[in-house]
Amino acid sequence: MDFSILTNYFGLYMEGFYGTLLSSVLALIGSFLIGAVIAVFRIRGLRWFGAVYVEFIRNIPLLLVVYIFYYGPSALGFTLDGFKAGTIGLAVYTSAFIAEAIRAGILAVPKGQMEASRSSGLSYIQTMLHIILPQAIKLVIPPLGNQFINLIKNSSVLTLVAGLDLMYFADGISTETYRTFDTYIFVAVFYLVLTLPLSYGVRVWERRLQRKY
Amino acid sequence: MKMSRSFKMAGALLIAAMLVVSGCGNNKENNTAGGNASGGAATDSKAIAKIKERGKLLVGVKYDTRLFGLKDPATGKVDGFDVDISKAIAKKILGDENAIELKEVTSKTRIPMLNNGEIDMVVATMTITEERKKEVDFSDVYFQAGQSLLVKKGSPITGLESVTKDTKILGSKGATSIKNIKEKVPGVTVLEFDNYQDAFSALKAGQGDALTTDDAILYGMASQDPGFEVVGKPFTDEPYGIAVQKGNTDVVQAINDTLAELKSNGEYDAIYTKWIGKAPAQ
Amino acid sequence: MDFAGAYSADNLKFLLDGLYITLIVAFVSIILSFLIGCIIGVIRYSEVRVLSPVMFYLVELIRNLPLLLIIFFIRFALPEVGIKLGLITAAIAALTIFEAAMIAEIVRGGLTSIDKGQIEAARSSGLSNMQTLWHIVLPQGLRRMVPPLVSQFISLLKDTSLAVVISLPELMHNANIVIGHSYSYAIPTLALVAVIYFVVNYLLSLLSRRLEHRTV
Repeated sequence: MDFSILTNYFGLYMEGFYGTLLSSVLALIGSFLIGAVIAVFRIRGLRWFGAVYVEFIRNIPLLLVVYIFYYGPSALGFTLDGFKAGTIGLAVYTSAFIAEAIRAGILAVPKGQMEASRSSGLSYIQTMLHIILPQAIKLVIPPLGNQFINLIKNSSVLTLVAGLDLMYFADGISTETYRTFDTYIFVAVFYLVLTLPLSYGVRVWERRLQRKY
Repeated sequence: MKMSRSFKMAGALLIAAMLVVSGCGNNKENNTAGGNASGGAATDSKAIAKIKERGKLLVGVKYDTRLFGLKDPATGKVDGFDVDISKAIAKKILGDENAIELKEVTSKTRIPMLNNGEIDMVVATMTITEERKKEVDFSDVYFQAGQSLLVKKGSPITGLESVTKDTKILGSKGATSIKNIKEKVPGVTVLEFDNYQDAFSALKAGQGDALTTDDAILYGMASQDPGFEVVGKPFTDEPYGIAVQKGNTDVVQAINDTLAELKSNGEYDAIYTKWIGKAPAQ
Repeated sequence: MDFAGAYSADNLKFLLDGLYITLIVAFVSIILSFLIGCIIGVIRYSEVRVLSPVMFYLVELIRNLPLLLIIFFIRFALPEVGIKLGLITAAIAALTIFEAAMIAEIVRGGLTSIDKGQIEAARSSGLSNMQTLWHIVLPQGLRRMVPPLVSQFISLLKDTSLAVVISLPELMHNANIVIGHSYSYAIPTLALVAVIYFVVNYLLSLLSRRLEHRTV
């Protein structure tokens, strides 16, 4: 292993690391918000819309979603750069999976609770926000954690639209050093720094849930 | 019974997989055979003998670069200046210009693929540089290009002098043009793509102000889409060479002989004119 | 936007050529990763000394890396240490390794979900550990694994598109070439490719639903 690659190009690695982290966090927030709305749609209201959204997005590749946000807007007269298009694409793609996870969580909360709080005068939305969702979230945290890990890994597609992530800068480093193996081993380490602690956290939380129920 | 059915299914999958694995195994053997052939040649410089034994010249060319190597969806064929030069080399070494197998390379992948022994040579708009000479051996110059800029017609950019720090330049990963523009305009934003086709698509999508690479490649793009034009004078010299694995001096010799022959019998001029549209400068 | 031009017979045929490569690579990778995933999953489940912990760390390592990195690494980094794989072989190897790690977790989870009482009953009626695994745990576990396995297979099929990074001539790569020829084809081509992926994957999920109904 040639550690001089790591030290010589540490700035570029960190720039990419920052891009990957920022994109993943923004996409997580975005996908959670979209996913929660879609999940509620799937249970009540625009059911068909929720179903079509989830089924369609889940069955097409992430890269395609990102390309659509990258090339598409120019037809409408504006542009999203690689980072923005990539992050929005990630959020939209992941939201379909998060919607399913949240829906499963909501359905796991006993039906009686909805009826009880509705009959005590709360509106549907109030019940959702104050009674059902807080309970559902606890169940949803492990699958959400898994989705966040997927998000971090999936953010690597940003490189294909020049999205300034880890993989993007790694390409630059390996073309200068002609050392693909070493360059990418370090990239792998940077990804693991993000994903391994999360994986561990998800497993601990899952065990806690199992003990409770 | 339920159980037996799932076992049958598993059994069928197992058999199918075994068939597939054996198929893959064969593939792999072929690949490594090819790899060893040129890999071994790197030391004893009998690469030509290995090519002759194989009866086929493996050449890495671009598939996305108009005028040099472009895959046409209609025919599935790859055509261009680089492809014609490759054919001439195949004719010289093997006596048949069709005894050739093209493989797609990009600026990013061409040196790794060459050093992996997957291809005998790279004929892919590759500039000869001192740094690359440490990694590969080059033939004589077979094309003289210079770096330039491609912009949307009516763009305020009229040449290198109008490129500032705030200009967004698009390019291809692993190309010398990226390095050059960063040296000429320190601090300029450069966005790199996997290949020129993606970079040009990005330019068309309004993702950058100008695309930079060698003028010959840019003219190919401009000829494809009249909404774009090449601006300013070339601001670097980009002598293209054909790259082979380090130590394959006999292959370099064969390539240089071919190039000399093509130049003396007028075929080089014919190929040049066919693709570039004018005779080469003397 | 030029729909008629984008959907010319030549372009459609070219995209179908890409789909063919996508399907072949996905099919082979699905079968290989299923087999390897099952083996690793069973090893993880049966808590063999040394082997099971080793598999645990291996699976964890792979599951926590981006597939794009694995594909690129296998194709362009491994040759530096003497492991040379061709284009299609590298794509299949990368997909298989990545998805096998995912499937191993699904298999282990499916096996662990089988009621412990059944295992004890089988053991006390004289079946060996292996026999219990083979006749009692595996058949039931496999059935429970069908839904997550199928969504993993769908993921794999979608993930073949990441092989654009090594220029595998699959559907997405060929779509990029079509778009490269004329930018007015971009949106129509992307839309068509989305429909193609959707149809293939949706058929796969319908198939799995029928499979579930039959076996459960």
